[in-house]
Amino acid sequence: MTQKVKVAITVNGTLYEREVEPRLLLSDFIRHEIGLKGTHVGCEHGLCGACTVLIDGQSSRSCTLFAVMVDGSEIKTVESLGTMEKLHPIQEAFTEVHALQCGYCTPGFLMTTVEFLEGNPNPTAEEAREAIDGNFCRCTGYENIVKAVQLAAKKMAAH
Amino acid sequence: MKPAPFEYFAPTSVSEALDKLSELGYSGKVLAGGQSLIPAMNFRMARPSALVDLNKVKELSYIKPTSDGGLAIGTMTRDSLVEENALVNERFPILVRTLKHVAHKQIRNRGTFGGAIAHADPAAQLPAASLLLDANLKVLSKSGERWVKATDFFIGPFMTVLEPEEMLAEVVLPPLAPRTGTSYQQVSRQKGGYAQAAVISAVTLDAADKVKEVRVALFSVGETALLAKKPHEVLAGTVPTAEAIEEVAAYVAKNECDPGTDIHGTEEYRRNLVHVLVRRSLTEAVQQAKR
Amino acid sequence: MAEKYVGQSIRRNEDPRLLTGNSTFIDDINLAGMLHIAIKRSDFAHAKINKIDVEKAKALPGVVAVYTAEDLGDYWRPGPLQVPPPSVIKGAVFFARPLECIAKNKIRFSGEPVAVVVAESRYIAEDALDLIELDVEPLPYVGDLEKSLDPGAALVHEDLESNLAADVVQEDGSWEKAAAEADVIVKKRILVNRLAGAAMENRGLVANWDANLSLLTIWATTQGPIPMRNSIAKYLGLLENQVRLINPSIGGGFGPKIMSSQIDDVVIPWIAMKLKRPVKWIEDRRENFLGTTSERDQLHYAEIALKKDGTILGFKDVFYHNTGAYNPYGMTVPLNTQTHTVSNYHIPNFYTRIKMVFTNQMVVTPVRGAGRPQGVFVMERMIDAAAKELGMDPVELRRKNLLQPEAFPLRTGIIGQDFVEGILDSGNYPYALEKTVEGIEYEKFKKEIQPKARAEGKYKGIGVVMFTEGTAVGPYEGCKVMVGVTGKVSVITAYSNQGQAHYTTFAQVAADNLGVKVTDVDVVTGDSGQWSWGVGAFASRGITLVGTAIHNASLKVREKALNLASKLLETPVEELELEDGVVRIADMPEKSISLGELAMRSNPTRGTVEPGMEPGLEAASYYGPPHGVTGFGCLGMIVDVDPETGKIKIEKLVITDDCGQPVNPMVVDGQLHGGLQMGIGDGFYEHLVYDDYGQLLTASFMDYLFPQATDMPAKTEIIHSITKTSLNPLGIKGVGEAGAIAPPACMMQAFEDAVGLKDMFISESILNPSKLYHYIQKAKGA
Repeated sequence: MTQKVKVAITVNGTLYEREVEPRLLLSDFIRHEIGLKGTHVGCEHGLCGACTVLIDGQSSRSCTLFAVMVDGSEIKTVESLGTMEKLHPIQEAFTEVHALQCGYCTPGFLMTTVEFLEGNPNPTAEEAREAIDGNFCRCTGYENIVKAVQLAAKKMAAH
Repeated sequence: MKPAPFEYFAPTSVSEALDKLSELGYSGKVLAGGQSLIPAMNFRMARPSALVDLNKVKELSYIKPTSDGGLAIGTMTRDSLVEENALVNERFPILVRTLKHVAHKQIRNRGTFGGAIAHADPAAQLPAASLLLDANLKVLSKSGERWVKATDFFIGPFMTVLEPEEMLAEVVLPPLAPRTGTSYQQVSRQKGGYAQAAVISAVTLDAADKVKEVRVALFSVGETALLAKKPHEVLAGTVPTAEAIEEVAAYVAKNECDPGTDIHGTEEYRRNLVHVLVRRSLTEAVQQAKR
Repeated sequence: MAEKYVGQSIRRNEDPRLLTGNSTFIDDINLAGMLHIAIKRSDFAHAKINKIDVEKAKALPGVVAVYTAEDLGDYWRPGPLQVPPPSVIKGAVFFARPLECIAKNKIRFSGEPVAVVVAESRYIAEDALDLIELDVEPLPYVGDLEKSLDPGAALVHEDLESNLAADVVQEDGSWEKAAAEADVIVKKRILVNRLAGAAMENRGLVANWDANLSLLTIWATTQGPIPMRNSIAKYLGLLENQVRLINPSIGGGFGPKIMSSQIDDVVIPWIAMKLKRPVKWIEDRRENFLGTTSERDQLHYAEIALKKDGTILGFKDVFYHNTGAYNPYGMTVPLNTQTHTVSNYHIPNFYTRIKMVFTNQMVVTPVRGAGRPQGVFVMERMIDAAAKELGMDPVELRRKNLLQPEAFPLRTGIIGQDFVEGILDSGNYPYALEKTVEGIEYEKFKKEIQPKARAEGKYKGIGVVMFTEGTAVGPYEGCKVMVGVTGKVSVITAYSNQGQAHYTTFAQVAADNLGVKVTDVDVVTGDSGQWSWGVGAFASRGITLVGTAIHNASLKVREKALNLASKLLETPVEELELEDGVVRIADMPEKSISLGELAMRSNPTRGTVEPGMEPGLEAASYYGPPHGVTGFGCLGMIVDVDPETGKIKIEKLVITDDCGQPVNPMVVDGQLHGGLQMGIGDGFYEHLVYDDYGQLLTASFMDYLFPQATDMPAKTEIIHSITKTSLNPLGIKGVGEAGAIAPPACMMQAFEDAVGLKDMFISESILNPSKLYHYIQKAKGA
């Protein structure tokens, strides 16, 4: 009889009460149990950052956590930012300076940027580059992502 | 890469956790931050049959000043909390510098201070920092409490003196003496990646700039984090010169580390790194101590 | 007609969807009743299979089926070859050994599939993998390229006499004569190591067989949807249009996703038809390293003959090319190497020979650059070696031997991957060299900055190398352009997209010709149900071939629209304008008719039509170039080296790149940034390493490294050179791989320049701090 554990996890403001296997990865919980597909899986060993979400406001990999470990927590994923009709300023910045190509790693970068700009609303290029260092991208060479983070800071200050 | 199945327990207090660990014995494993354990489980290189998750034991997360001017850090305190804590920044800036080299922020937001020490990865920063800072480790089990010095704690790669039913509960750091300079030196392929060699050192000088104490911790160059002996032997009681530091660095590289060859570097290269980094580390620590 | 979009840096149409999590990638596809697949892969590199015991796996609750090669019966077959053999090259020897989708009697590389598990969840499927037992007889591992041809070496393919997979010689003029007349001959042994595509998204496939409709629907992360669909249909005994193959959004391609006839596209659709339930396979990262093709891995013995004034007289290159356990991709990669050794400089005599060998390693198929980086690396290193020998400045030696603009179009004398003799269509190499030399401030660096740094104990160095990129080869691509009754435009093609902005750049071409907003052009790619002719995304051919087809098709649609409008407005075509989605009379703008209205009117539902009438404002067009077009450029780099630790820092990058007419300069720059990142990875980070037993040691991101943000320089400057080709109406060339080609050669030159030791010559393409340290020690000791 496979053990099931009750969890109550809030994702983007909605409380989800489920019974899950303890070994269910948080990334799989978000994507398949709840059906939010914006968070992507790139490596399942915590290095690439594609699966980065915010847990109680702090950026974290979701592939190196079991869903049961975040019982009671509040998670924010890329779906909490903007919509296709109304992009979040960070998303606006990304499209304005071509900071995404295939888009697979992008949600992870966006969530990392949310946390970063909260703590550093006016970063230098060097600070922005360091802040995104834990997210891998294979398409863009990071150049435009660094620009986007700084542009996003300006946009958010203007709001 | 999904992990193999396991039994799961999520106690909400220390005593509940200790009861469970005692009951499980060899089949139980503590789950702290999970940032080292879960990747290993996803690769199915680690297959614990039961996990005792400490994430709900809130009483294990704290940073408290001790009466002698040091700090006591609860085992489940997140690395990023330690890094950003005002007392830590004030009393142990070398710990903050060290933490900034631990992977990336996303990992530090979940990884725990005690978890990294108990995991005893020979290539990890915090075990070496605990040696450098002469930490005292509080170990709990259902049958009671014992204290182990960091210098007695690590016995091999991923191996400590912890018994299966025991958990590391607290790390106590004695205060740094006045006129102590420190330095962190590391060579890794990339930022946030594993070091190919790393040295953390602390030098305490007296009023005449003579060395009172030298501590040099090394990691990624042996089966465990290491504390070199020669630096203190040679430099204690002297005003350190560049030549003396050079002699010490060469000795440590040759005799007090045990790096291997892997796809990222040869043994010769790593010994060379130890030589260079001990030299740079001691030089910087001495400079800093003088200020 | 005003050029509105082509040439402009505009925002991408596809971004809002990708940014907000509203795209569908392969793992986002969920169908009711879907089962999950996990693949058991061999740990052994070379072994005879005695038995694969799957009984325990089958018995695990939640497991629906476990298949091995035996279960496939007659359906199991090797191949077919994805690229035909080079029979057009005189004297070429090629032993075709196409990929086996799943190992039958023998295992030939570690990672080769041996069994497939189908279960209710991926978690359970992986549990079942643990229960599969392999009973094998290990055989000696063949891993060394040269030793693989030793007499008595174990045979990867026992029906062959040796591990020689191909032997292809191409030559022009006489190397012997050049060598005899030379003042200086420089010989070097140069190693180019293996690396992975490592896209952020791994591969995947979902298959669903609807027996009632006789429709097999497949979603796949393939770069070549139509050939894959055709192959699946053929072998399952279906008509092409009974298989609908759809590309979801794809998270990066870089080459390996073009491979087909692998376990996923051969076995999984078969399983779907057998079980009559949808099935999904998502590759994980470890599996991607073990089971997806990779590239580079050559050993060159090169010689260059020069006069003492630096004039190159001839070049000789005999090289081993590792194809891995099979050679399904023909000679594409090493032919690209051959063509790109000689495409920058005037080389009147050359002899180049490929010895392709089988080894017990992963199969080699293109990864961004696809053989070109190796050719450029070897030539640029040889020029640097010659410069040292002659005491000449490396930039000066290049300047002296560059092909001049007047030389184009130039027949290279080498047959390339498209089986025709290479023709360098257009170019201005000296311009690219001068722009980069100026941009990186070469003179100032050598005369002031470097000496000053050295005096301060810092080791800074500079590298300048040339590169070409053969792009846009045939056979063809095609598309359909259609105006909808809403007035919006559909562009439909089969050319797969993995992030290269096709939804925007293709739209830009159509929008210009049809006078509509680029955001009103909807591009559909990679759905065989909507358009079923095409080849695939490789060789940086998308914008050139598809762009040209779209250009031609949209011009036909424009003509239809204007002709119909002319009838309806009773005005000659010459007096009509098409702008803002509306056809109007030039000096009577209030008399107009919208494109949407025209589309309606072009498709009557009653009445009669004239003979030869085609309904709708729609046109299809195909484009197949006679040969490829060659992009080119020059890369400059300034590095800082710490000789004590071997650590490096790239301080500045300047690249001049020429891709003909850029359709969207911002997108072109993005391709260059990404390519440069991969090239830098190629030179200092990325290395697939096999141990002495054929085990892959680098099967995770812990060991397989590639540049992070802080590994890239703070300053990257891109200079656009525009030499339009006359081969297509828009003057476009490809650029997707350009950035990845030159960095390793540039880095090695720059490292040598930084360290400044006379006897230091870096003869391999992938370094790390430890290797660099050892090169320095060796040169110091010499």
